[in-house]
Amino acid sequence: MKTKTPSALPRVVFCLLLLFLAGCGPVEKGEENEPVGGYHEAILTHAPEVPPPTGYTTTQKVIVRMEVVEKVMRLADGVDYTFWTFGGKVPGQFVRVREGDMVEFYLDNHPDNKLPHNIDLHAVTGPGGGAEASMTAPGHTTQFTFKALNPGLYVYHCATAPVGMHIANGMYGLILVEPREGLPEVDKEFYIMQSEFYTKEDFGTPGVTSFDMQKALDENPDYVVFNGSVGANMGDQAMQVNVGETVRLYVGNIGPSLVSSFHVIGEIFDKVYVEGGTLVNENVQSTAIPAGGSAIIEFKCEVPGTLTVVDHSVFRAFNKGAIAQIHVNGEENVAVFTGKQKDAVYLPEGSAVQSITPAAEDKPVPERSFNERMELGKILYEGNCAACHQKNGQGLPGAFPPVAGSDYLMARTDKGAGIILFGLSGEIHVNGVAYDGIMPRMMLSDDEIANVLTYVRNTWGNQGDLVSAAEVAAVRAKGE
Amino acid sequence: MGDKKLFGLLLIPLLAFFAVAGREKQGGGVEKPEGMIRVPAGRLALFYDNSGEKEVTVESFYLDARAVTNAEFLVFVKANPEWSRSRVPKLFADTGYLKHWKSDFEIGNERIGDSPVTNVSWYAANAYSKWKGKRLPELTEWEYAADNPPVDDQRSLKEIILDWYSKPSPKELPQAGSAYTNRLGLKDMHGLIWEWVGDFNSVVMGSDSRSNTGIQRELFCASASFGAADREDYAAFMRYAFRGSLKGRYTVSNLGFRCAKDL
Repeated sequence: MKTKTPSALPRVVFCLLLLFLAGCGPVEKGEENEPVGGYHEAILTHAPEVPPPTGYTTTQKVIVRMEVVEKVMRLADGVDYTFWTFGGKVPGQFVRVREGDMVEFYLDNHPDNKLPHNIDLHAVTGPGGGAEASMTAPGHTTQFTFKALNPGLYVYHCATAPVGMHIANGMYGLILVEPREGLPEVDKEFYIMQSEFYTKEDFGTPGVTSFDMQKALDENPDYVVFNGSVGANMGDQAMQVNVGETVRLYVGNIGPSLVSSFHVIGEIFDKVYVEGGTLVNENVQSTAIPAGGSAIIEFKCEVPGTLTVVDHSVFRAFNKGAIAQIHVNGEENVAVFTGKQKDAVYLPEGSAVQSITPAAEDKPVPERSFNERMELGKILYEGNCAACHQKNGQGLPGAFPPVAGSDYLMARTDKGAGIILFGLSGEIHVNGVAYDGIMPRMMLSDDEIANVLTYVRNTWGNQGDLVSAAEVAAVRAKGE
Repeated sequence: MGDKKLFGLLLIPLLAFFAVAGREKQGGGVEKPEGMIRVPAGRLALFYDNSGEKEVTVESFYLDARAVTNAEFLVFVKANPEWSRSRVPKLFADTGYLKHWKSDFEIGNERIGDSPVTNVSWYAANAYSKWKGKRLPELTEWEYAADNPPVDDQRSLKEIILDWYSKPSPKELPQAGSAYTNRLGLKDMHGLIWEWVGDFNSVVMGSDSRSNTGIQRELFCASASFGAADREDYAAFMRYAFRGSLKGRYTVSNLGFRCAKDL
């Protein structure tokens, strides 16, 4: 017994320490009845803008007022959709508060609306995330208050039955609860929200379209987009940063069905706050964001150029619209990235492929009829070109120029053969819109190129003529 | 359902006959009121089965063929000035009451005289019904009467409903009776406005508020359990959600009513 006595003291101390720590837990997380140091109305921003850091150090009462509006807006070029919105745009406004804040939330349902709406904020500790408390008939306003107990980046969405339809029609956004100590300072912050649209008509079909329940049940969206429409942040609307700046992306994914494989082409995420929580992962290429989840992503932009934001489940990006751009402006930094330094012919020994220039070159070039070239060209186009220029030749706004009705293509003296033979980069203007991308050279024979060009120049209203293999051969012989 | 269908088919020629013959004695000898349709008795599969019941029996009743119009409601307000915009107690109608009218006793827009009256509270709709010697239909009655296919529209019922949901409200509502006619001869049960029912919300009827909460909770959270694969159910969800968002004094710019009457 005596031998045990000396060891009792440290044990008691340890237990006390445990008790002390246990007692500390809730206090650190947020005293439920701490005094409120002031009140203010929250600054709300539309994507991709983010409100400034809260910047205060005492608990505040924060008033958030959001209006629900049902309205027809652009989903893609030439395509309109009846959206249900928080604040008149999709996604809804970004809300930024600080851990411990008392949030007094007002939901206004516009009198012209047809349906009741409400809001479920994942940042709320309480029944339905506020859904029951905020159920609002058209022409009415409801109000409830919650304490932002847990820091993190949270999704909010409408949760009125049928929930899936309210979400699929555009009712979602993000709320950031900053930790008490704030987030580390960065140069630029952006708000990106991924979502899907299930439409009666197929992707890109012009006109006003609306929600298709069967496609939603099948989880088979026509559109997967960032910030509410195809090309919302492309071209002139791209997010702008400068070389050397640090960037923080607040990324949400509402689904309603798909999990995002969020990726930025040309960057590595220095830090990812996994699922929008406290856990930080470093040096990440793609981060999974579940439907109804989020991630906070930080990186530094070392070199200039265009960063392409995609869902790396990549058909969503290039065929359904899940693509956005960040323009990094500034001086080249060859210590990090040199750009293309060499492009030479690769000749693996013993391989059947001897050259990127097809062996058929030496054989007599076959010539074919117009109809034959149209038929073969369609197959080649859909296999080689449609991923970017789209099956309907319309391209993707801001990224891939249209070939249907393209003044640029139709005006070229080489009938476009040079583009396919040698590739194309640098700024071009197609139908008055600037594109600054890269098209790689395509490994096709003169015969095949003649097929594709004949097809492209005589489809979707384009009025051209037969392109012969001999014409292509002449462009090839002339060289770049 | 088979019985109901058969009855419906029989009813169309019957209705046509009554239309020609004018007022005819029916059922228990009560005259068929003008502008009303006799809805035959039958059974309704419940959208909610909180009570454990899957179906309820609906007795035969009369229902207005179309919604009450602005012009008709104006007659009521003139006869009962306590229901005019400036005199209605706040307890019985919120500030949106008849806001689309020019003044207390003036609609001020001749184009909407024959459009359904909206921006009316449950209390006002109830008072109108009583003044007419009628009543508001019960929820089950309304749902039962509405669950009949159109006879003058190529679209299915669910298409009419979902098309209506998917379009923003027009600034001026079309005339009552302009949407479609169903198998019973009722017009615009869907596709034009929402309609008040007598027991839209158990608070008004004074029943157990906990069961009400139960319904609301399921509206928010348990949608999957209701077999959403049936798109008509999906549309029903929205009707129930809409009703769940209301209080008796609320007015909404696309919420009107029609009256019912016992046989």
